[in-house]
Amino acid sequence: MTTLATRKRPAPGGSPQSRPARSGASSVGRPGFAWALPATIFFALFALVPLAAVAVLSFTSWSGLGDPKFVGLENWETLIADPVMLKSLWLSLLFIVLGVVTQTPLSILLGVWAAGNQRNRAVLSAIYFIPLLLSSAAISVLWRALLDPNFGIPGQLSWLFGDGNLLGTQSGAIGVLIFVGMWQFTPFHTLIYQGAAKGIPTVLYQAAAIDGAGMMRQFFSITLPQLRNTAITSIILMVVGGLTTFETVLILTNGGPGTDTTITAFYMYQEAFQSFDFGVGSAIALVLVVVATVISLVVVKVSGYDKMNSSLEGL
Amino acid sequence: MKTRPNYFAGIGSFLWLLIVAIPLYVMLSGTFQTREEFGDNGPLSFPTSFTLQNYVDAITSGFGRYFLNTVVVTVGVVAIVLLLVPPLSYAIVRSQSRAASFVFRFFLLGLAIPAQAVIVPVFYLINTVGLYDNLIGVILPTAAFALPICTLILSGTMRDITGELYEAMAMDGASPARAFFRLVLPLSKGGISTIAVFSALQAWNGFLFPLILTQSESTRVVTLGLFNFQTQYGINIPGLLAAVTLSMVPVLLVYLFARRALVQGLMGAGGK
Repeated sequence: MTTLATRKRPAPGGSPQSRPARSGASSVGRPGFAWALPATIFFALFALVPLAAVAVLSFTSWSGLGDPKFVGLENWETLIADPVMLKSLWLSLLFIVLGVVTQTPLSILLGVWAAGNQRNRAVLSAIYFIPLLLSSAAISVLWRALLDPNFGIPGQLSWLFGDGNLLGTQSGAIGVLIFVGMWQFTPFHTLIYQGAAKGIPTVLYQAAAIDGAGMMRQFFSITLPQLRNTAITSIILMVVGGLTTFETVLILTNGGPGTDTTITAFYMYQEAFQSFDFGVGSAIALVLVVVATVISLVVVKVSGYDKMNSSLEGL
Repeated sequence: MKTRPNYFAGIGSFLWLLIVAIPLYVMLSGTFQTREEFGDNGPLSFPTSFTLQNYVDAITSGFGRYFLNTVVVTVGVVAIVLLLVPPLSYAIVRSQSRAASFVFRFFLLGLAIPAQAVIVPVFYLINTVGLYDNLIGVILPTAAFALPICTLILSGTMRDITGELYEAMAMDGASPARAFFRLVLPLSKGGISTIAVFSALQAWNGFLFPLILTQSESTRVVTLGLFNFQTQYGINIPGLLAAVTLSMVPVLLVYLFARRALVQGLMGAGGK
């Protein structure tokens, strides 16, 4: 962590800091900390303080009216004994794994393809990225309408979808959620891979071509290894995204059938804002924070944000 | 440079194009059909009639108001972001104080805080200060959660300003504030428009904060309006699709005119 920041900070475009400072001018373009203060306070108020507060609230009982009352470990005991909570963690894990294995290969393929210089590529990528711009709410409402058992696509293609009530079974509902997640987020990951693939030095491909490597060989021996760091970033973003999926679950399945798609983030919302048990909701939120923080530390540790040279690995 | 066409990837990308485009086509064609026709013929059929009634239905069911609310939220969020992020990024990139580097780490970690994790305390906070069911109460946390990514993007842009330029300013005896307004801001225009577009997109598409922080129709934003429309009139699918289409129009317009800024912002979101 420390190394990350210290390496990152003093790099204003490789400025000639080694020259002797001009008298009276050394402070130019060197703002004091006060410049960062307003944003920092603002962010702390809505992200950092609430983060601390959620830990405190997890030891209280609060129904939204009056003041929270301290109840010790009661919420945590409730949570540990709660079969829906345990189920929601397993479902979250399933969501994350299915999301990663469906989106990663597709976005690598599309990203590498979009990084090339085929004709019509620009037009096609423009269409690919449309889902990325739309709100999760709009996407979920759209798919709910398209998959309507009576008036939707399944009703018209009954030879493919059977009775058409895709959201009526657990496997159907999970399948729909994973597919909609793919539809929505593959463009974003494609974009990341496209950027990374464009950064791979052409000279590597030229050298490989001279050595007689075919296109497949080039893909597996150059492109994929060069995309390693990008893949780490992308996968971790998928994990965090999967963990915090909310609108799609609320609008498409409402956690159902039964609790069969109640993932942890959605269960937190239900406990807090539908059952008005904000103490238990906070405890669940804290579980989410811990998992997300562990993942974010892995992001910084493994891939780092100062991976300026990552695409030049092996040169 | 690859010279041969890559058929495998080409076919794959064509298939994905169909998967992306068909739902969008069905959506659009559905909005121009009557409910009867849509119900009788199914969504995949070619429309045989043309009507704008669904759009009229959507607008008269309250979407005009929801649009106005969403515009207010978006403008508020962008204004806060544009006020706070440029000085912050300037300090992060140029300040020699250790606190500035600490702040940068703090915002990097902030990237990983999911909004879900803090909605209960934010709900408590907004309630306590009396901003529940008020658009300002939606604007504040939405803007706060847009800060980390915007800071990351703009700091990246500001790092590209070379030290020589600051030295030139130094010769004129400029203060940090003068350097900020005369040098840093003009040279960061690209990054600033990126964060403006990006935070606007986040605000426009925001759902969770409005969901928990507002309740009445007069403060309802478009995304909540869609959700509400779906639960109330789920059976009127062409009307629903028209509402969804309307909610997408402004974003698609931005995409048309500010594609570069948007794509750069999204790439920034990927940590590139």
